[in-house]
Amino acid sequence: MSDDRDIQLEAEKQGVFLTTMQRFYNWGRRSSVWPLSFGLACCAIEMMATGLARFDLARFGAEMFRASPRQADLMIVAGTVTKKMAPQVVRLYNQMPEPRYVISMGACATSGGPFRDGYNVLRGIDLLIPVDVYIPGCPPRPEALLHALMTLQKQIDAQRLNRVRWYGKREAKEYPVPAFGKHGLEIDGKLVDPVGGLPLISPYTSPTHGEMRSGEIEHPELVRHFPIMDETVELESPNKAKGVAPEIRHNDLKRPAVEVDHARDEQR
Amino acid sequence: MSSAELKERLARDLPGVLMPTRTRTPTSNGGEAAAGDGKTARPKRGEHAPVDLLATDDAVVYPDRLPEVARYVRDVLGYQLLSNITAVDYLVDGVIEMVYHFFHLDGGPELVIKTRVPRDNPVVPSLTDEWPGANLQEREAFDLFGVVFPGHPNLTRIYMWDEFEGWPMRKDFPKQGDKYFGESEE
Repeated sequence: MSDDRDIQLEAEKQGVFLTTMQRFYNWGRRSSVWPLSFGLACCAIEMMATGLARFDLARFGAEMFRASPRQADLMIVAGTVTKKMAPQVVRLYNQMPEPRYVISMGACATSGGPFRDGYNVLRGIDLLIPVDVYIPGCPPRPEALLHALMTLQKQIDAQRLNRVRWYGKREAKEYPVPAFGKHGLEIDGKLVDPVGGLPLISPYTSPTHGEMRSGEIEHPELVRHFPIMDETVELESPNKAKGVAPEIRHNDLKRPAVEVDHARDEQR
Repeated sequence: MSSAELKERLARDLPGVLMPTRTRTPTSNGGEAAAGDGKTARPKRGEHAPVDLLATDDAVVYPDRLPEVARYVRDVLGYQLLSNITAVDYLVDGVIEMVYHFFHLDGGPELVIKTRVPRDNPVVPSLTDEWPGANLQEREAFDLFGVVFPGHPNLTRIYMWDEFEGWPMRKDFPKQGDKYFGESEE
């Protein structure tokens, strides 16, 4: 590939422009990612600031905030997704034409953030729709959003046209819109975001992995010390681990063990 | 108008509306302490006497007399603006307290009126027909605390969806922390 690039650069000096169809096509798409004009909370203010002159999203060709999901490529989930708002977010995502991408902006959209233990906040938009880039921070600065956009552009650059899911013969997939239930959001009568239970990884993995649950963790070389990321934990449902936490089962509560002398007690 | 003066006026003009309450006794350091039962042993340094949450200096009225008191406050005392209605859940005492803040239209400090209802049957008469602004705030108290307002034109949930069950702002509403469920639970 690097040989190709050298040859290309040499040829460009001579006035001949060579490229591969794939690079050309990806270059065109990644340089005009149009976000959906849609925000939910304080992160949306940062998103607006990113679009304004000081940070200037227009440098990346992404300043065209479209008011209609039919004209947008990118959904920036900016802000706290409450359970009351989540069905509308999924509906907007379903209305976007493919190829479509999602940036989960800030702690709330990624995991529920500081409101994770509350009663009306969805614990991460990736429970419902696939997310390409997550931005940490509360709120992320505009630079972080620009970085996320550049990361997304790298992802698009790396796509191969014969492998990307939306150019195959696959039927377009509708993501199920959750319904309001008695204790939270429900899909097919099952709670999406149950009290307790552990969301292990998102049910929808990133586009490079296809739409199937791969079950693989992004960085298998990293040792995870969380039971939540432990592959050996048996699942009761896609979002819920089975049984008792290993620490509790082994009574490993990081306290000095108190030796109890039962024989002495019986003698009394 | 101070709360002591308001209580005086209410006792004079509307006999029988005031609920008997324990008053808060100021301590030597300017803080508040629970009204003791006579034998006020000074707590040791660093120790705190048990806090009496229900002790208040504000006017606490019986819930069935509340519209009458509100009209008196508006028409006689001139506090026309009902600025705020909120509920407080005292889980241990089994009481839900509604707090009403009234203001003069030309400024000045607020007037606080409270009413208390039992937690298992919280029924407070609605003020919506006299103060239309109370509509949304009473719906909020109904949605989050389960307080019922007879006379309200449209008492439905306002923050949560209609199918939701439970009163999320009550103290005993479960928190949704991540935890494993043991086999013995569920």
